[in-house]
Amino acid sequence: MELNTFSFMTQMAMLALALGIVHQPFGAYLARTFTSRRHLALERGLYRLSGVDPQADQHWKVYLRSLLAFSAVSILVVFLGQLLQGVLPLNQGHGAVDPWIAINTAVSFATNTNWQTYVPEATLGLGVQMLLLAVQNFLSAAVGLAVVVALVRGLVRSETSRIGNFWVDLARGAIRVLLPLSVVGAVVLILTGVVQNWGGTDIHTLAAHAAQTVPGGPVASQEAIKELGTNGGGYFNANSAHPLENPTAFSSLFEVFLLLLIPFTLPAMYGRMVGDRRQGHTVLTVMVAFWLASSTLMAWAVGAYARTGTGVGEGFEQRFGAAPSAIFATATTLTSTGAVNVAHDSLPPLAGGLAMLNMMLGEIAPGGVGSGLYGLLVLAIVAVFIGGLMVGRTPEFLGKKIGAGPMKLVAFYILTTPVLALAGTSLTVAIPSLSANAPAAGPHGFSEILYAFTSAANNNGSAFGGITTSGPPLAAMLALVMLLGRFVPIALVLALAGTLAGQRKVPDTAGTLATHGPLFATLLGGVSLLVAALTYFPALALGPAAEGILK
Amino acid sequence: MTLANTLAALPLAVRKLNPRTMVHSPVMFTVLIGSLVCTLVSVQQLAAGSPAAVFSIWVTVWLWLTVLFGNLSEAIAEGRGKAQADSLRAARTSVMARRRVPARVSAPSGAASGLGAGFAEELVAGTDLAVGDIVVCEAGDLVPSDGDVIEGLASVDESAITGESAPVIRESGGDRSSVTGGTRVLSDRIVVRITAASGKTFLDRMIALVEGATRQRTPNEIALNVLLASLTIVFVVCVMALAPMAQFAGALPTPVVLVALLVCLIPTTIGALVPAIGIAGMDRLIQHNVLATSGRAVETAGDITTLLLDKTGTITYGNRRAVEFVPADGVDPRVLAATARLSSLADETPEGRSIVELALPRAGGSGPVTGPVTGPEELTPDVEVIEFSAATRMSGLNLPSGHPANPGTGVLEVRKGAASAVVSYAKERGGFEPQEVEEAVLEISGTGGTPLLVAVFDGGRARILGTIHLADVVKPGMTARFAELRAMGIRTIMITGDNKITAGAIAGEAGVDDFLAEATPEDKLEVIRREQRAGRLVAMTGDGTNDAPALAAADVGVAMNSGTSAAKEAANMVDLDSDPTKLIDVVGIGKQLLITRGSLTTFSVANDVAKYFAIVPALFAATFPGLGLLNIMGLHSPESAILSAVIFNAIIIVLLVPLALRGVKYRAVSAARALSRNLLVYGLGGVIAPFIGIKFIDLAVALIPTIG
Repeated sequence: MELNTFSFMTQMAMLALALGIVHQPFGAYLARTFTSRRHLALERGLYRLSGVDPQADQHWKVYLRSLLAFSAVSILVVFLGQLLQGVLPLNQGHGAVDPWIAINTAVSFATNTNWQTYVPEATLGLGVQMLLLAVQNFLSAAVGLAVVVALVRGLVRSETSRIGNFWVDLARGAIRVLLPLSVVGAVVLILTGVVQNWGGTDIHTLAAHAAQTVPGGPVASQEAIKELGTNGGGYFNANSAHPLENPTAFSSLFEVFLLLLIPFTLPAMYGRMVGDRRQGHTVLTVMVAFWLASSTLMAWAVGAYARTGTGVGEGFEQRFGAAPSAIFATATTLTSTGAVNVAHDSLPPLAGGLAMLNMMLGEIAPGGVGSGLYGLLVLAIVAVFIGGLMVGRTPEFLGKKIGAGPMKLVAFYILTTPVLALAGTSLTVAIPSLSANAPAAGPHGFSEILYAFTSAANNNGSAFGGITTSGPPLAAMLALVMLLGRFVPIALVLALAGTLAGQRKVPDTAGTLATHGPLFATLLGGVSLLVAALTYFPALALGPAAEGILK
Repeated sequence: MTLANTLAALPLAVRKLNPRTMVHSPVMFTVLIGSLVCTLVSVQQLAAGSPAAVFSIWVTVWLWLTVLFGNLSEAIAEGRGKAQADSLRAARTSVMARRRVPARVSAPSGAASGLGAGFAEELVAGTDLAVGDIVVCEAGDLVPSDGDVIEGLASVDESAITGESAPVIRESGGDRSSVTGGTRVLSDRIVVRITAASGKTFLDRMIALVEGATRQRTPNEIALNVLLASLTIVFVVCVMALAPMAQFAGALPTPVVLVALLVCLIPTTIGALVPAIGIAGMDRLIQHNVLATSGRAVETAGDITTLLLDKTGTITYGNRRAVEFVPADGVDPRVLAATARLSSLADETPEGRSIVELALPRAGGSGPVTGPVTGPEELTPDVEVIEFSAATRMSGLNLPSGHPANPGTGVLEVRKGAASAVVSYAKERGGFEPQEVEEAVLEISGTGGTPLLVAVFDGGRARILGTIHLADVVKPGMTARFAELRAMGIRTIMITGDNKITAGAIAGEAGVDDFLAEATPEDKLEVIRREQRAGRLVAMTGDGTNDAPALAAADVGVAMNSGTSAAKEAANMVDLDSDPTKLIDVVGIGKQLLITRGSLTTFSVANDVAKYFAIVPALFAATFPGLGLLNIMGLHSPESAILSAVIFNAIIIVLLVPLALRGVKYRAVSAARALSRNLLVYGLGGVIAPFIGIKFIDLAVALIPTIG
């Protein structure tokens, strides 16, 4: 199979065009949603039911406590639901889930990771899929949105430590943004041929006496939020490589559009909320530049490998060709989605390395729902710090001074994910019984382990495959890495929001480093790339680079 | 940085190896630990007779040199301050003070004073003086401690602290009443009330400052250290994680190599130079003859967004100057000039002198005042000088008959003064104010100038001859500096006691952004508060006691050394030259400090790219020959590659010490231009330079027998 360059370029152009058209109006809608004072009747009902005061403006610590409590309850519910599957309705005959797998799955879905250490068809019934996992797809994405909105408020507000109301942000994100969009998305997906029914269809071919069951379920509805919320947990084990999850070339491209939609729209919301749209444009430019460069490199890596004679074949999307695989693989790792339409294990080494580097960037281009933008804004603060010193001023970001306080939070943020990914990887390779779970020989086996922990620490959820993570030690380690990789950064971001909100705004002058325009975009892109590259260079050299240059 | 002061700094650099000192810099402390580990490994390899020992020893030696170079940069910077401190300390030799005490019935020993009844003097050591003590200093005495002159006037040699050899006048009352301990009274006699206890005087603070004894980390330095510490942790984790990963791949490097990789990756360059940059920033300020009470103030200066500048002395010359004579109708301009000159002959004020200067080439002609007008010999003893007084607001001369300038028979009165005063003088003596003179007065006032009228009276009718235009003259170059400041994003506000019209005219001419007319000290304070409420940082200069609250409120307050001790106490900087325009330089020094830190940080981190390309192929190319492709520098061998990276990493510190001490070149340009330039030089340059440097070092290292 060869990579069709023209097909690649056409599809990329279509994506860019579609995203280009919707991102401004949709960004304006998001900004209105999160700044409006009005509550919908449905929301008011929910607030009354749960005893939440929607008028309360929360201190960042209260906001964080609400978020953590909510997520803890989410994890517990999903965990218990799986343990009790056997006695709950709609189990389609599936019994209790193994507790290690259950906790891994519960953490995975509540952290927006959607790492799947289970085989859905063989493990979960309709009830768990629809009422637990799909619900988490909405809620974990809404949590991400809430955090980024809180951070933007921290930048906008001054001399307060209150950054909004978590419950209101959560409800609005889920009800006003994700719900309507996923309904539309699901309908489009049904039209492309994604199944939406109450279970498998038995087929008996009388002439041949053959009987088979075509699997089914509420797939389209789950597929839409799987992409929109950058979740990535497939209804079927094969994920978007399964013909019933992703039946046509169009559905494949549409799924990529859905998973890029909200992350690429958030900069427009950000620009509007801070009252300077140029800020949004600059952030968007950096995201788009990484996306285009990475997609192109991925296509090149796949195409070049395909021409070596070995060809790409096994694990690739045979129906559509290599181009949609390259586009999908890039988009899913640059966001925190992790849905796949190609087995990443089968990507040529350099392409696999690129998928890892995409995640190692911190998933900022455009990143997960909410998490992408807040990740990039944290890096923007690092860029502002270095750039600010270079122009001779105490660094300021949108009028907020970046002193030791904010820098500590930012430094910890940048430390967290690499430490989790590298520590997890090195621990696994150091213990033979653990590394035996990745039986592939040489650097490829190492890549599988590195990929797993990078994916978990960055809350991506895609897998290199090959590695078995359902055993208790790895399932627990990955769950822990996902948990810390999600909530430590969130806690730091909310603390940062509170610290920034407490400051008085410094007015802009000609001596202030502008955080918009091509110069800052270059600085931000450079800092983002350098931080990731320097941290992971040796690991990447031992994995994909060693393998790639070997072959 | 000469070889001599580098060598002089060596002992201090070695003393700084003390771990308790080193722990304050997380980056260099990590290098220290790494060096210790490598030393142990080398010793063990040597004992075991391992052939790897030679390489390990080479790396270990260069790691120790890295630590030493870091300390050396700090020691050199401190050494410069030490030299200054020593010369200052010479001025602080123990002084005997003549303390004035209430006289007792039986006067104690000590010189009986000619002070009059009620006081006696006793000799005490300068160090025993307490705040509030009264001491007497006469010609030849060293002033024992800081204080305010409460009686008398004296010329004082302050060269010990300011380096300026010309003596200055210190007198009781007014804004020139403070004296500094360690300065010498040259003439006359003053009585001083001590305001600083021994050990806390200006001189003591200055010594502590230049020695860096009280150096505290500034806010930006702390924030930078947070960033550097976090980068260090990332790389420690990265290298620690690499060990099991490399072992998994079957290519476990030795601990020495891992430490070498770690030291190359952590930002040692900036980590080593941060203290030197801070000390050098303070030092630059001292070279500009400005003393700061803390490094924090220097840093804040770079952030200043509003400058409050006194009009007089800063923007304009201290005094108004005559710029034009406007004659009344029918008056010969030369006559007006001659008369104006006569009227000011006895006027010793700068304004009066400027009138004489302006008139000299213009005077002559005939009229009531004729004759040769050439020199001060016209002030014959029989000429009656009429001094200016606040009541009459006029000054001038009464020329007797027979005086060369008086052709008449009676006394000729020549007057100049404020318009209203001269008009009423003329009217009382039968004169009137010509229409065109009235207009000229209004016009001059309208442009912010001061009109003075010139009148003569020879016994008949007084005549108003015309108007002298006095104007503030903006110092040359000020307009350009304000434009520079604007480009840097700094607002300038001119403060003056003048009325709005005068102030507006000067403000327009000088090109300041805003002005405050008829300003009282309270108004100054209000402007500072207003600017600060808007989130701006304000700097100002001042010298008077009534400036003290504003100096204290400003984010950067620079007091003139000639000012009162109250002003100096309230300010966070003191300008020894008493030059108010220096505030602008201070801002530049503050900015340069930050730019140097930022640029070297960028350079340091950008260097890592090349070091990876040197070390990673060296580590793993044996196991994965394909990774040899990453050896784009074509380094000789794995050992030489690693050693070259370590050597580059150490040498670059030494090479950058002069830059750290001198500061990165600073230009008054907008933030965008400054950033793009520095990014290009230190960012891109930081990526490229080590590729070249490591390659060259490798060529030399390859010649070492066991490594090459």
